[in-house]
Amino acid sequence: MRFLPNKTSKGMIMKVRVHVMLKDGVLDPQGEAVRHALGALGFDGVGSVRQGKVIEMDLADGTSEATVGEMCEKLLANTVIESYRIEVL
Amino acid sequence: MKAAVIVFPGSNCDRDLAVAFEKAGLQVQMVWHKDTELPAGIDLVGIPGGFSFGDYLRCGAIAANAPIVNAVKAHADRGGYALGICNGFQVLTETGLLPGALLRNAGLKYICRTVGLRAEGASIFTEGYGRGTEIALPIAHHDGNYFADEATLDMLEADDRVAFRYTDNPNGSARDIAGVLSANRRVLGMMPHPERASDAAHGNEDGARLFAHLAGALTAA
Repeated sequence: MRFLPNKTSKGMIMKVRVHVMLKDGVLDPQGEAVRHALGALGFDGVGSVRQGKVIEMDLADGTSEATVGEMCEKLLANTVIESYRIEVL
Repeated sequence: MKAAVIVFPGSNCDRDLAVAFEKAGLQVQMVWHKDTELPAGIDLVGIPGGFSFGDYLRCGAIAANAPIVNAVKAHADRGGYALGICNGFQVLTETGLLPGALLRNAGLKYICRTVGLRAEGASIFTEGYGRGTEIALPIAHHDGNYFADEATLDMLEADDRVAFRYTDNPNGSARDIAGVLSANRRVLGMMPHPERASDAAHGNEDGARLFAHLAGALTAA
């Protein structure tokens, strides 16, 4: 494992952002509530709203995308209901 | 017969579950989440309701990776019995011991009231009621909306693994499912709280029947 959480000196970390969303076909009642609220505020034409979460991590430089994928599969996302996308910043 | 009740930071039904187990005649030991082994000779593991780890990330997600959970998985793999109630059900789905997941309630509200249930899937947990018997148990959850893909739901129904169904679906759960069994029928996860209906002072003793039958059957086994 190349994950070194204490290395924070400049140049030694990489920033990774993980986007977690409910899968298509999984009801998102919170997104629905936001859609209704936008309609109530007078914003027309809001067809659908999906709400997810964004997780930002400082990782040791060079941490492989496969390792980040493992983090997603084991903890950050529940792949029964959620999909994830990894973005290296 | 010996039961363990797992305690996570944020568990709040652990004592109630222990009292219900004891009342049914089980010997109970509380087990802290940082322990790596269950006490010797445990027949049944109870995973209580509450808000383990503050429901951070997803309900049950952090607890599912706590040290004791590996021991609970090994216990289940050996054919041991386990009962997860409410947050305990969420933990069991997060570990993969039970299929599916619990989503936010369809109506977005936290629901705390007594609901009607029908006992179904054959198991040590439901035999005390008999198939088709209607009972009432309290629910108290924000994320109890059972979800699984269609193929999984079909499989659960075909294999008679739906232990309880809501008679009047309160939270949007797929096919009115309130509790599901593992493939070997020895692990049950359910959102309703039988331990909150297990004493005359609760005004409802429908839950006590679950524990009484469970303890009796374990003793006979």
